[in-house]
Amino acid sequence: MRQDHLITATQLSRDDIEAVLDRARAVADDPAAYADRHAGTVLALCFFEPSTRTRMSFDSAAKRLGIDTIDMGDVDSSSVSKGESLSDTVRVIEGYADALVLRHPSEGAATLAAENVSVPVVNAGDGAGQHPSQTLLDLHTIRENHGLDDLTVGIMGDLKYGRTVHSLASALTNFDVNQHFISPPSLRLPRSVRFDLHETGAQVREHEDLDDVIEDLDVLYVTRIQKERFPDENEYHRVAGEYRIDADTLEAAPDHLSVMHPLPRVDEIAPDVDKTDHARYFEQAHNGIPVRMALLDTLLENADPDADEGIEVDR
Amino acid sequence: MSDHELRVSKIRNGTVIDHVEGGQALNVLAILGIDGSEGLGVSVGMNVPSDRLGRKDIVKVEDRELSQSEVDVLSLIAPEASINIIREFEVVEKSRVTRPDSVTGVLSCPNRNCITNTEEPVETRFEVVADGVRCDYCSTILRADIADHIDV
Repeated sequence: MRQDHLITATQLSRDDIEAVLDRARAVADDPAAYADRHAGTVLALCFFEPSTRTRMSFDSAAKRLGIDTIDMGDVDSSSVSKGESLSDTVRVIEGYADALVLRHPSEGAATLAAENVSVPVVNAGDGAGQHPSQTLLDLHTIRENHGLDDLTVGIMGDLKYGRTVHSLASALTNFDVNQHFISPPSLRLPRSVRFDLHETGAQVREHEDLDDVIEDLDVLYVTRIQKERFPDENEYHRVAGEYRIDADTLEAAPDHLSVMHPLPRVDEIAPDVDKTDHARYFEQAHNGIPVRMALLDTLLENADPDADEGIEVDR
Repeated sequence: MSDHELRVSKIRNGTVIDHVEGGQALNVLAILGIDGSEGLGVSVGMNVPSDRLGRKDIVKVEDRELSQSEVDVLSLIAPEASINIIREFEVVEKSRVTRPDSVTGVLSCPNRNCITNTEEPVETRFEVVADGVRCDYCSTILRADIADHIDV
């Protein structure tokens, strides 16, 4: 991957993705070989909206590479609450760190940040836009269980505002994958994502009912439908109920189906699914570590081409 | 065009925007930010017969020459338009609009949650795509409603 930043999944080619995932596999196989690979470097965690797992996952991945992390803290206690712009904030933090991980409530925030700094920026979620590092760990999970070609993937839930969905759908177009999108009409994929999918000639089908496709799926990627997307609470409960799965729902699915979820889940996947062989979401979350290690390793290496690589990475 | 067909008189100085798609003249004025309050002389011909377009609109604006960024945005709603700059009743410059690769600082993003709609010191930037424009920051696509988002 010869990228300076990771901002959207649309920037990633198949080669880019496979290079990171190969490296993630190597990291998972021999984490000790990567332990002090980036000692002396500093990663800034800039989270302008709440995050638990993404923040901790990047923090942990960095530390396992020997990287120190500095954390902006909560927005309420930072200079942002005094009205400082994002552009100024990242320009200042650039002087403190060798790379930035940014989460922000506005779409396009990571693009703007990357325009203002010369260190690598990783988009850890920009509003309802993109979340490409999540996509890399999603792809790693799919690849380790099914491979990444000749696949049928169903993506269900809030497809309109779900940033993990937008990134995953784009990235999957690099592979031989049939994509099925299952959602209520009001939460269909946004026009911009459909535009990108059609541009690549991807096979895309949209459905309102999971039953239409469940028998054909290798992977079912479930996302949460959020209450705040509905003006009426009764309408929310009615719609959300239709996109909830449990062990009974999966009776119709092939035995090898993987159920994935970016987490946190609320009640869209019933706990009884956890005990089935379909459940992959905790494995998926754990994959955040080797994948984000591989990603940070790659970006820092690109940012410093003279660095002594020291390790032969199995590609 | 013979005298008895002449609908609006020649202008001394300014811009004539010809071959605008029929019905788009008022959007052209919107792009130029002209609503009459500036005191400029403005003549509009709508649905005038045209060999090339069948029906076309013409806009004549006195004492105002278009900037490149205005012409760029104009091309998005009036791709066939020709721009004539007039000085002392003579056409001193005649050009067809060409679709730019991108437009910067002229359109506002319709996505209220786009970073360009916050207090950030950033100009909007849209890539010109097949039948519209696309925000470089949030990827939102703007098509038929481009004229509603002009910010010049």
